[in-house]
Amino acid sequence: MRATLARPNSHRSRRVFLRASAALGGGLLMSLYLAPPAIAELPSHQPESPPDAFVHIKPDGSIAIAVIYLEMGQGVLTSLPMILADEMDADWSQVISQHAPAGDVYRSPVFGIQMTGGSLSIANSFQQYRELGAKTRAMLIAAAAKRWRVAPSECRTENSVVYGPGNRSARYAELADAAVGMPVPEKVPLKTPAEFRLIGKPVRRLDSRAKCDGSQKFGLDLDLPGMLIALMARPPIYGARVKEIDSKEARSVSGVRDVFAIPLLKGEVVVVVADRFWTAKQARDRLRIDWDVAGLERPDSVELRARFKKLARTTGLIAASRGDPNAIDSIPAVNRIVAEYELPYLAHTPMEPLNATVRYDGDSAEAWVGSQFPGPEQAAIAQVLGLKPEQVKFNVEFAGGGFGRRGPFDAQAPVAAALVAKRLRGAPIKFVWTREDDVQGGQYRPMFEHRVEIGIGADGMPAAWKHVMVGQSFIIGSGNPFESVLVKDGLDTLIAEGAADTRYAIPNFQVSVHQPTVNVAVLAWRSVGPAINHFVLETLIDELATRANVDPIVYRLKLLSQEGAKLRAALILLDEKSQWRKALAPGHAFGVACSEYHNTGSACVAEVSIKDHRLRIHRVTASLHCGLAVNPLSIEAQYQGGVTFGLIQLMAAITLKDGSVEQQNFDGYTPPYIADAPATTDVHIVPSTDPPTAIGENPVPLIAPAVVNALARLTGKRHRVLPLVNI
Amino acid sequence: MTDLALNINGERRMVSVDETTPLLWVLREELKLTGTKYGCGIGACGACTVHVGDIAVRSCLLPVALVGDRPVSTIEAMRSDRVGKAVQAAWIENDVVQCGYCQSGLIMGAVALLKANPKPSDSDIEQSLGGNICRCGTYVRIRAAVKDAADRLA
Amino acid sequence: MGKALVRRAAVGFPVSLCVIAGLTIAVFRGFAADAPTNRSDGLAAWQSVYSVMVSPRCINCHTATNYPQQHDDRHRHFANVVRGIDGHGVPGLNCATCHQSANADSTGVPGAYDWHLAPLSMRWQDNEEHILSSAAVCSAVSDRTRNGGLDGTGLLKHHEQEPLVLWAWAPGHGLDGKRRSVPPITHAQFVAATLHWVEAGMPCPKEGEGYR
Repeated sequence: MRATLARPNSHRSRRVFLRASAALGGGLLMSLYLAPPAIAELPSHQPESPPDAFVHIKPDGSIAIAVIYLEMGQGVLTSLPMILADEMDADWSQVISQHAPAGDVYRSPVFGIQMTGGSLSIANSFQQYRELGAKTRAMLIAAAAKRWRVAPSECRTENSVVYGPGNRSARYAELADAAVGMPVPEKVPLKTPAEFRLIGKPVRRLDSRAKCDGSQKFGLDLDLPGMLIALMARPPIYGARVKEIDSKEARSVSGVRDVFAIPLLKGEVVVVVADRFWTAKQARDRLRIDWDVAGLERPDSVELRARFKKLARTTGLIAASRGDPNAIDSIPAVNRIVAEYELPYLAHTPMEPLNATVRYDGDSAEAWVGSQFPGPEQAAIAQVLGLKPEQVKFNVEFAGGGFGRRGPFDAQAPVAAALVAKRLRGAPIKFVWTREDDVQGGQYRPMFEHRVEIGIGADGMPAAWKHVMVGQSFIIGSGNPFESVLVKDGLDTLIAEGAADTRYAIPNFQVSVHQPTVNVAVLAWRSVGPAINHFVLETLIDELATRANVDPIVYRLKLLSQEGAKLRAALILLDEKSQWRKALAPGHAFGVACSEYHNTGSACVAEVSIKDHRLRIHRVTASLHCGLAVNPLSIEAQYQGGVTFGLIQLMAAITLKDGSVEQQNFDGYTPPYIADAPATTDVHIVPSTDPPTAIGENPVPLIAPAVVNALARLTGKRHRVLPLVNI
Repeated sequence: MTDLALNINGERRMVSVDETTPLLWVLREELKLTGTKYGCGIGACGACTVHVGDIAVRSCLLPVALVGDRPVSTIEAMRSDRVGKAVQAAWIENDVVQCGYCQSGLIMGAVALLKANPKPSDSDIEQSLGGNICRCGTYVRIRAAVKDAADRLA
Repeated sequence: MGKALVRRAAVGFPVSLCVIAGLTIAVFRGFAADAPTNRSDGLAAWQSVYSVMVSPRCINCHTATNYPQQHDDRHRHFANVVRGIDGHGVPGLNCATCHQSANADSTGVPGAYDWHLAPLSMRWQDNEEHILSSAAVCSAVSDRTRNGGLDGTGLLKHHEQEPLVLWAWAPGHGLDGKRRSVPPITHAQFVAATLHWVEAGMPCPKEGEGYR
């Protein structure tokens, strides 16, 4: 049974209203609601944390701001409150930021569902949070103006204080109760960039202290009275169902409550429920399960590679096409490149493995999940339990990393917890993925084969480009709420993103896609298509630049179309900031790459050497054009972090043998440690006041091609097979 | 189930557990000290790092039966520790954390390093923290923060 | 003349002490008092000793590199563990960070008292992780400037009693529930072979002599 997720609401057709109300403990609550209520309906007092509040000005002066996105490291729980607090002229030291729970009013203003993804939190909610802040401020001014019998225009605000004519002043906390009664303005003017106090400044994270002293709770840390732990025993082949369970030995472990099968992903798993993690684990290890694997495809990486290579020699579904698809035939062979790229499955491995906690009480339920899709997951839990979504209180927890793993479209973690909670009514069930479950039973970045034929013109620029890519779609048939939008004529448009829409002005350009069906669970992985496609493009462009004997940054600038303005700006800034690349120590080399994703253009140079057969990355200089840089300190962190995150593409692989994933934990699937990461990374932002665009995923596509390009300069070897071996 | 007396953050704590249970789960589930994290269970990532005496120990690997009366310190004790406080302050000043899940382990490792070596070089830092995994990739700021903490303690 | 005698006696004294000690041990063990002394018997005994030393449980920590190895395929130990100044790792990542004084079977970690790397002078591999020849290892093991100052008696005692050596035959279980592999002969056989080799005067094969 697979829970279907709520379809994206035609949110824009329902009107959203901002409402003010008094909080139970005093203070002002600014909330959204979806239809104008009759005045009589509005309760005069709200519970301490009602399910629709955005801003709560408390009597003690603290200001709680609800963030509608998941904090998984990208800093949204600091950046979005910054935006609101700036327009509100709030005292930043008094701001408390927290996750909004699942709720209709917290749906993304652009996507219409409550979700975190696409690195679009700030881009999509910049205006929304500015308006919330500005309107709240306007109401506080109105309250002060009324009290002082002056015009609002005679008042100004700063640091949670309204100042009036003469020496009048009043703190927001004092005005909050009175502000409740003020009319909510329809429209208010917003600040000019010159007036920003927080936006554009390097502001430190609000969640640092708790994350440094052990007090920050993540989903996995939840502790509730009567809580039970659920662990799964997985089948050896993906999609298998249970034939028989011998749980005698498992149940003999003291503390075990129950053992039974539930559906998960395509097949089933056997769940052990116990009072403690270790009990559950020992019991699970003693299970003897007979799995039904008949008729299941047993994927094998070697066989898949051969299958994909064969497909790559034929044209697939066309993702982009311009000019003459046969132009390459008239280019002499000596001016052609034929390149085959082999890229493996990859796991996400956020440091906190997947988990979800659900308690079912019969007529209501409560859930705690570090979720990228709170709205749809709330609905999925409700469906499992036979409740309405609003009967499920869904709390969003801090997540120990996401990278795409916390947004599977089938809501597998909360659904699994709900299925167990249904059976053990009343007990909060914490369903935990072990690291082995995460690595070996995961949902992976798809494996890809790319075959590119390039014809080089007399000017050294690409005159013809024929690109075939082969890899699974994680959208088609997945239950993703945007499937109907993303899939066109059977083609999953996410697969070729980054290649089909390249800003390089290549005439006679064709990208086509094969979408084989394989019995491997696949999912979005931080930066999705561009992580894969820009590796291919940027290494090939580099090869062309080398052949033309042109500096790789200059070559890219020459090849970019007019539409690539942000990339152009990033590359120009990169050139300026990476002049060090022209004078490197012996045995060191540099490599360049650029990437555009969701309207942000980025580029980087990496400096590498090889010591004792190991790759050393000495330095990365990165540049980006993201429109307005809301929090440059956070942007720098994302780029420093993202290039390190992306290194795993060069280092690790998920491989299958006879139907099973071979890797089990970090010993077999090894991510970058500190010695593997760049020793320094400097980040430079193109100044701009354009609307802010994507950040979080953008650095990831840069690092693999930059490093491989550097290795080519160092060793003469162009790596097209990942992970790297024998550098 | 075995009754065991443990010395945790300077306090004598009694627990009644299966003695094969890793110290990590005793801390998290019996003593409700959830600052020490489960990242992998095989000692590959360091998220579970505590101090046993002066030594950084990966608590996911240490069966509670082998702890004995050796003093155990967790991340929760670092705010009252001279070196711990300096490391935490440096971490905050340098805006190190992202998701934060690995940071308890990194901080415990950094404290162990600085207690043994008050002026660590880049290479010392790289070796001592060389077995900790941070998927968010905060290593660059970690390097700066360790140096900053060393300066604060000098 | 007197001095020469004293000198000869001085040289002979520790050797005879060794022999006496060896004989004493042999008596305690009830071995025949006629110990093997010919070189080829001694070399055969050495080969038995060598076979243990180059088995994974021993050689994984007798490395020439900055790191230990693990498992039977002797791959580089995970998590970038390093030797450190004295073979105990580095602060924050000591051997004791994971390895306790006893095997931790429930978590799959081997352990013994004072788990640490053998010093570089006791390396039995080269920098490319290739196992050194029988001649080379014998030379290292019998050289007092490299073996921690041990004479034959000392070596025998080391092989008999050192916790890390004993561990090789009680190496505990991995997480797969399977016991780690043990050296190709028993501990008793290893000690007996050591004794024979010591009594034979600790002969070492020469390179190219045919002992691998």
